[in-house]
Amino acid sequence: MLETAIKGSRNYWLWLAGLAAVFCLGFLVYLNQLSFGLGITGMNRDVTWGFYIAQFTFLVGVAASAVMLVLPYYLHDYKAFGRITILGEFLAVASVSMCLFFIIVDLGQPQRILNVWLHPTPGSVLFWDTIVLNGYLLLNIVIGWKILEAERSSIAPPKWVKPLIYLSIPWAVSIHTVTAFLYCGLPGRGFWLTAILAPRFLASAFASGPAFLIVLCFIVRKLTKFDPGTVQIQTLAKIVTYGLIINVFFLLCEVFVVFYSGIPEHMEHFKYLYAGHDGHGVLVPWMWTSAALALLSIFLLINPATRKNEKILPFTCVMVFVAMWIDKGLGLVSGGFVPSPLHHFNEYVPTLKEIMITFGVYALGFIILTVLFKIAVSVKEELVS
Amino acid sequence: MEKSSRRSFFKVAGISLLGISGAAPVLNSFAESQVSHTVEGSYVKNESTLQAKRWGMIINTKELSEDNVPSIIEACHKAHNVPNIDNKKHEVKWIWEEEFKHAFPTVNHDFLNERVENLKFLVFCNHCNNPPCVRACPTKATFKRDDGIVLMDFHRCIGCRFCMAACPYGSRSFNFENPRPFIEETNPLFPTRMKGVVEKCNFCAERLAVGKIPACVEAANGAIVFGDLNDPESEIRQVLKENYTIRRKPALGTGPSVYYIV
Ligand code: SF4
Ligand code: SF4
Repeated sequence: MLETAIKGSRNYWLWLAGLAAVFCLGFLVYLNQLSFGLGITGMNRDVTWGFYIAQFTFLVGVAASAVMLVLPYYLHDYKAFGRITILGEFLAVASVSMCLFFIIVDLGQPQRILNVWLHPTPGSVLFWDTIVLNGYLLLNIVIGWKILEAERSSIAPPKWVKPLIYLSIPWAVSIHTVTAFLYCGLPGRGFWLTAILAPRFLASAFASGPAFLIVLCFIVRKLTKFDPGTVQIQTLAKIVTYGLIINVFFLLCEVFVVFYSGIPEHMEHFKYLYAGHDGHGVLVPWMWTSAALALLSIFLLINPATRKNEKILPFTCVMVFVAMWIDKGLGLVSGGFVPSPLHHFNEYVPTLKEIMITFGVYALGFIILTVLFKIAVSVKEELVS
Repeated sequence: MEKSSRRSFFKVAGISLLGISGAAPVLNSFAESQVSHTVEGSYVKNESTLQAKRWGMIINTKELSEDNVPSIIEACHKAHNVPNIDNKKHEVKWIWEEEFKHAFPTVNHDFLNERVENLKFLVFCNHCNNPPCVRACPTKATFKRDDGIVLMDFHRCIGCRFCMAACPYGSRSFNFENPRPFIEETNPLFPTRMKGVVEKCNFCAERLAVGKIPACVEAANGAIVFGDLNDPESEIRQVLKENYTIRRKPALGTGPSVYYIV
């Protein structure tokens, strides 16, 4: 099937070339980071995780969201999703790959990365995170490929794929749960020290992932002969609606506990994020933008008229995606480090170089995504014609 | 770069070897004289090595002043080739001063005694009994020794900085850039680090190994007491018995081995 990836239109190649250019630029800056060290980033002694780890955390959510297609289809026999589960699985492959790249670019000594497996440390959540991420990547590559192959030759997929599919359901939940555990088991970090962090991660994942998929579906519909289907898109939109509402509800639960209990170590982070502290408040406008976008999207998604309107829906989905990205890609990680455990307020702002490396990783991820989608859609187009 | 750190590692290894063979008598007698006049036989000695079940420290803040604090910090940083980087963001520090409200943010209150409010507190790694940094490290580059010292293997650290997120005392520093150009005078007895690894106070494990007490304790002239917390007869336990002491963030259950007399 790989050959379908190299038979594309001019625009397909232009798009890939553009991505490759961004990737190369990012890679050059990464070489600079390799030789100088992580000092080229905006991170500091107090905020030791920044943009890279935040993107990683956000993308784990996008990857986990594939389960929102697989689960209804295989467990509840919701036939309509059969058409597009492959898109979800390939989106997962691209997102998990980006997650792994982001971990690598974040390491101070990347050439030693194998130490994680040479000296397995079962007590470390990071060890488990690499296991679940790599496992999930493998599962989705195998499942997606086998199913697509079977579809192409109009036969049933091999029997051994079924158990893998069932395994992939709890596995998807595990990648985001374990990623949340990276944060929520740490003493003295009041912002993350909450049992609801993993559920919150999942809720936001089930909003942002499917929202992104809807946008992709619209693009596929526009550019190819394959139509992912109106019913499918609408069902996804309902999933986004619930995911988003639950996510906002969870956040409000958090706000209640933190402010009603009034414990400073837990309150300070929220205050810093939403109101700033003593002139420190780079994230304040972002956080309110995220809140406003989330509320507006909820309104547009609950209302059947606006949800069903295919002119409005893609924009709503972009808003959901941006809202969730700000929440996790900006607020969650820096917000947890400021104030520091010694109650110093050292803010974090990513540097241009850091952002270029980030774009480089995204470009690589989008190359993977484009090629995989191209293959999937080509097979679907063959079946249509 | 790797090469030079390996070289200094070999130097240290070589010197320790010397310590066991040729230079042993010299070092031994040096160690003995140190030990006997500072803490009156509170150490169990095995050849030239100072040993304990659980090492701990008491900082007597009443005896810290503008005069001795800088020299204590300098003694540590010199002994361990801690770079002096001006850029606050990339700063590396093993031991430093904080005000009460930062060293003890959860104990701080509105009507704090003026003396305490203005006191300078020396803070550094607490060598926790239940260290979250060790739990978090995915490569065992941070580990706890049987004698309670939490150590770092600079050659194994992958620079994920998970341990920094886990330490609730901000005790760890990361080498955001190559630290070597920022070391004024390199001490050949201790390895320098490379960029991309984490470091922190090591309770002078390398000095204990040759029978010396930690550099800060030596420089503090009695303002810092060092000894075996598990030995009821030790000096540190006597001081704990006689003074009211506090520890940083005890509610987190990390079990710091550093105590403060306020
Ligand atoms: S003070 Fe921090 S670095 Fe030191 S042992 Fe405790 S948790 Fe680890
Ligand atoms: S930065 Fe180094 S010491 Fe810290 S957790 Fe990672 S590997 Fe372990």
